[in-house]
Amino acid sequence: MHLVVCVKAVPSTTEVKMDPRTNTIVRDGRAAVLNPFDATALELALQIKEGVAASGEPCRVTVLSMGIPDTERLLRDCIARGADAGLLLSDRAFAGADTLATTYALGCGVRALGEPVDLILCGKMAVDGDTAQIGPELAGELDIPCVVDVQAVEGPLGAGDGADEGTGDGPICRHGRLRAVRATDAGTEFVEVDLPAVITVGKDAARLRMPGIPGVLASSDAPVTVLGADRVGADPARCGLTGSPTQVVRSFVPERADEAEPVRGDAREQAAKLAELIGGMA
Amino acid sequence: MSGLAIDRELCIGCGMCVKACDTGGIELAWEGPRKFARGTDACVYCGACAGVCPVDAISITGGAPTGDDPSTYRGIWVFAQTGPDGRVLPVARELLGRARTIADERGCALTAVLGAGPAADGAGPRDLIAAGADEVIVCRDARLAEPDAEVFARWICALARDRRPEAILYGATAFGRELAPAVAVRLKTGLTADCTALSADPETGLLQQTRPAFGGNLMATIVCPAHRPQMATVRPGVFAAPAPDASRTGTVSEVALDAGVAPRVRVLERRPAAAAASIADARRLVVVGRGIGSKKNLPLMRRLAELLGAELGCTRPLVEAGWLEYAHQVGQTGVAVAPDLLVSVGVSGAIQHLAGIGGAKTVIAVNEDPDAPVFGAARYRVVGDCIEVASALVEELEGR
Repeated sequence: MHLVVCVKAVPSTTEVKMDPRTNTIVRDGRAAVLNPFDATALELALQIKEGVAASGEPCRVTVLSMGIPDTERLLRDCIARGADAGLLLSDRAFAGADTLATTYALGCGVRALGEPVDLILCGKMAVDGDTAQIGPELAGELDIPCVVDVQAVEGPLGAGDGADEGTGDGPICRHGRLRAVRATDAGTEFVEVDLPAVITVGKDAARLRMPGIPGVLASSDAPVTVLGADRVGADPARCGLTGSPTQVVRSFVPERADEAEPVRGDAREQAAKLAELIGGMA
Repeated sequence: MSGLAIDRELCIGCGMCVKACDTGGIELAWEGPRKFARGTDACVYCGACAGVCPVDAISITGGAPTGDDPSTYRGIWVFAQTGPDGRVLPVARELLGRARTIADERGCALTAVLGAGPAADGAGPRDLIAAGADEVIVCRDARLAEPDAEVFARWICALARDRRPEAILYGATAFGRELAPAVAVRLKTGLTADCTALSADPETGLLQQTRPAFGGNLMATIVCPAHRPQMATVRPGVFAAPAPDASRTGTVSEVALDAGVAPRVRVLERRPAAAAASIADARRLVVVGRGIGSKKNLPLMRRLAELLGAELGCTRPLVEAGWLEYAHQVGQTGVAVAPDLLVSVGVSGAIQHLAGIGGAKTVIAVNEDPDAPVFGAARYRVVGDCIEVASALVEELEGR
């Protein structure tokens, strides 16, 4: 069985400070980190791998990313935590990609892996973009089913209707099917899907394990492949800025609304005025 | 030619773009007696430089022509999502309200797209016309009785290829956020998530889609110049729903779903959410942020909420710290709220958070930082220690 986890390097904090004098963003040497949702997706993949491996079937996890060359560092960290291999798509041609062009590149990456993929896991969203589009778009690009906002994968399969509650010690994904709990507008659903499929993983589904010493040692000479657009057979017209239907035409600091009315005094006086105000609202 | 373009006539060499760049993608270089900004190989075309340029010298252009003439696409569609009870969700009416204005400016028709099971509420089309639609396209099919994004996507794609709308809008519900990208990738078009403003460019007619960007301290306006349809999702509560106008008239057309479309995700069991009051529907809300300092102050905030008859919401850091559950998170990645009264306690006011409280009628903000951005969204500003003020307010309310 072969699992692919799509990961993204994001700024280490999403709190970009503004310099109010110059109206510019204050940068303070923030290092890129693994998108937290993708970290959860990786942990879920590692748990599935362990479950499948326990049943005697071989299982591999490949981490896939599109990013600048430095992203290789993050892929090695994923390997230190238990992934088997990494593929980094890195090329000037990919720069400036919106979600559609990113999806196209990732799709080319998946096809370039050279071995069939059973399950693709993505974080539900990236904390820097918050779009939550890559998972569903990648499923559409590859024409395979998609389950979004997975909270847990459950099993073992074949255990009947009672299989929905426990955490499942046995293999949670086999015989070409996956069962998972997903969050929906109305609550949660316990669903089953034939593989191959894409799932996107909510942040509470798992917590990524720390790297072990053997993993760290293995990661330094682990196979991380770095490929450019031509090496994965990507059409340059569909990559990066050129292949992106959307364009940012303007970015701006939002204007403040009308000045708020001050409620003055010490805490007690302020509280009395607030109680008065709220009391008048019925 | 796509890429970063710097107009040398306009550039004053101030270097603000260099400061704004996260990747070293722009630098200042001397050329003769003057300094100019110029792009480097590290540019990722994010647009942060263009956003801060005081003289608008920087632009980023992209997008290869598609060979498809955008002017042959006409009309705006709104996806009308229904709830478990089969009724159209409020967000569909909110979108119709905003889209009505845009359609009038564009001089085009506004269409609601409604997919439902055979036994669905028959009032849907009438409600959608009363909310502003000129036309409702209805498909009643057992395969649309449940929210399966792939089935809906394949239906909408077939419809859009046939009828060629210039734009499709979706509510950014969990389902809308799954459906819209599934449509976008199949139609190979752009999609802007979680817009907080939508308008039509008076010159080009392009749909201007504004959303928080760059970690939330900037807003970005995004367009989709060459690809159609232009698509966007909008959080519930961002736009106000118009009062229904029962005198409006419109057409209803029934369409069929292709026989080859079948769900690939099997639902084995549904577990409806507990009937706990949702902060999305609350008339009054107390929203707490990191400024409350410690988890041990939460009971005080709960008490305040209780005395006000309010639900309790919070900002993202509190959810990440494990103080409150995700269902309480207010903001762009949480729940958009629209209460009559929102009391904001110890919330600094990141844009993503403010994007989620735009629908609140009256905001009272308590924060010790007089420059906290939250005051920009507030009707009443209370500068002070939020625990002291909250304690005093609890005492005051208990005494009444």
